[in-house]
Amino acid sequence: MMTFAQDFKRAAARVTADLRHRGLIQRALKSYEVKRDEFKGRYQNWSEARQAASEIKWDAINHLDRYLAEFIAKLEARGTRVHVAGTGEQARDYIVMVAAENKVRTIIKSKSMTAEEIDLNEALEHAGCTVFESDLGEYIVQLRHEKPYHLVFPAMHLTRDEISDLFHRELGSEPTNSPEELTMIARRVMRQNYCRADMGISGANFAVAETGMISITENEGNARLTTSLPKIHVAILGIEKIVPQLEDLALFLPMLATAGAGQPLTCYNSLIGGPRQPGEVDGPEQFHVVLLDNRRTELLADAEQRDALHCIRCGACLNVCPIFKNVGGHSYGTTYQGPIGSVITPHLRGLQNWKHLSSASSLCGACTEACPVGIDLHHHLLQNRRNATKAVPLWWEKVAYGGFAFLMRRPFLYRLSGKLGSIFFPLHKLVNRGPLDPLRSWTGTREFPAPARESFQDYWKKKQKEERHGVS
Amino acid sequence: MAFPDQREEVFARIREALREPAPHRHADHSDHTAATEHSAPDEPPPGADTFRAWLPVVGPTLEEQIALFAQNAAQLKADFRAVASLDEAGLALANLARDNAWKKIATHRHPLASALAEKLGLPCLFTDPGYATANLESCDAAITGCDALIAQTGSVLVSSRSAGGRALSVLPPHHVVVAERSQMAPDLAAALRLARRKYAPDWPSFLSFITGPSRTGDIERILVLGAHGPKQLTILLVG
Repeated sequence: MMTFAQDFKRAAARVTADLRHRGLIQRALKSYEVKRDEFKGRYQNWSEARQAASEIKWDAINHLDRYLAEFIAKLEARGTRVHVAGTGEQARDYIVMVAAENKVRTIIKSKSMTAEEIDLNEALEHAGCTVFESDLGEYIVQLRHEKPYHLVFPAMHLTRDEISDLFHRELGSEPTNSPEELTMIARRVMRQNYCRADMGISGANFAVAETGMISITENEGNARLTTSLPKIHVAILGIEKIVPQLEDLALFLPMLATAGAGQPLTCYNSLIGGPRQPGEVDGPEQFHVVLLDNRRTELLADAEQRDALHCIRCGACLNVCPIFKNVGGHSYGTTYQGPIGSVITPHLRGLQNWKHLSSASSLCGACTEACPVGIDLHHHLLQNRRNATKAVPLWWEKVAYGGFAFLMRRPFLYRLSGKLGSIFFPLHKLVNRGPLDPLRSWTGTREFPAPARESFQDYWKKKQKEERHGVS
Repeated sequence: MAFPDQREEVFARIREALREPAPHRHADHSDHTAATEHSAPDEPPPGADTFRAWLPVVGPTLEEQIALFAQNAAQLKADFRAVASLDEAGLALANLARDNAWKKIATHRHPLASALAEKLGLPCLFTDPGYATANLESCDAAITGCDALIAQTGSVLVSSRSAGGRALSVLPPHHVVVAERSQMAPDLAAALRLARRKYAPDWPSFLSFITGPSRTGDIERILVLGAHGPKQLTILLVG
């Protein structure tokens, strides 16, 4: 069996060599960048806004017990059933139980990365339910039996022609190369599903402690329909989604839209605080909120990296990451891709199995700079590398660094090795890139720099000698 | 419905985890032009009053705010019209009904919305007494009230109480919002405060900021209007 690291390397090598794919991703992200900069430019002070957002999330996460208790109490007071799940399995079991008790057959779902994280669809399908993803991008990847490519743009790796072929094959629609017509095909299919679904499942972008409301951000209106029409609404969210005050959203909603999608504000930002209340004309009779831990408390316990729980899942760090742009979203093999995924996956799924992601980084810091809540992403990647090595040291690294230290402490040996290097390096040509090349992992993709013919020390000595001659 | 909940274990884990304090709360880690910290760790973080200084500029007068709203609405491809009177709004609506060949509309009991809907003389579904989803789905347009308009973003704040339920403002393909000039709020914080004064603590179960007609960019990041919600959004500002 291949390890996760081998899977990642193989997939990354394949995608990186696919120039068509890279072109598609980079074109899409370029148009995002232009829009993002345009709307960021309208802020009077983005950096202060970002600092405030970071402080609000700091307050929320570092007083999580208090705010979470307030959030739950407020929701329950208005007839919402709150379920706190320690693991993904417990969350799945609860939702499957709610579906079974209410004889649910058809489920309409709006986009939720937390549901992806716990493979909720598979569990519900196994229990005999039919699940329809209603977000256009999610629907497309669902029809392809694929995982979302990007946590905000799930189908950004596909062209309109591929989507047209998919719809033709799966839905029997006429082929078209118009994105508008393709969208209308999905709209027609989904309209029927909203009306006949017995249950709607959504995620949430924020959980407002003070008023006991979830906040859902979307552009298409599918989340609104999912949470309005079916008799039961289940929302699943991580415990870190908390913000203390309702008015905090006045900062987070525009920043999420600008950083995440290059929009001033997304089309619908909806707050839901309970099932249909007395005197209201519609809305679900039952509203369930499932709060998921699933090892988030382990990340919380790591004070150094606790700020990774500030994440609002905007995807800005993916969009600017040179690694993501080249290896693509699927290569990661994780629910959360890109820099934030590389930081949190080792905490959520085990450090030793996922430590390779910490090295899938150029440490350029573009992610940290892009993050609207100021998470120190690239330093966390370094910390994960350090922690992984501390826990399970690699013998060859110990030997290599031991040898290096030995050499560096002995100037004579150091100089000698430099000399030997420049003498023997020309022989490297004989094995260059071949199976016997000891430098193959480097030379496979780039030239190895030849050692200088003359060392700096020799050069300096010679130069000083010349100068002394010149002066005297 | 008895089902074991892990509330106690999860809260115990959270409290245990938080025993070690987090090191710092500064957003800019390497940037020399870093923003200043707004609050000490034991103070409350910055509140909504301070956001205004960092978010996009909004003029102080109502006229400036209406102009900004109109500019934002145009960018969002929403149809915004400031009309002098209810009669003028009725005229605008009649033109829309004719141009789009509406056959059936939906509305709710609301001083402006229902008055305008009834003037059209078309078959009209009221959501207030309850309705069948299929019946609402077959309507060509919905006419609703709202809680506020937001100048900074070109948004409309609706709730299950101000806009005839949850579905009326999202299911029909054309949504017409009727608002009064007094409902113009400069920004999101002001709109939320307005809603708080109107509802708290008895909040409606649903509130939504609507910012332009429904849209998607899921296919090659190309903008398409009318993904699942309304393809057209008309905002009539009366007065």
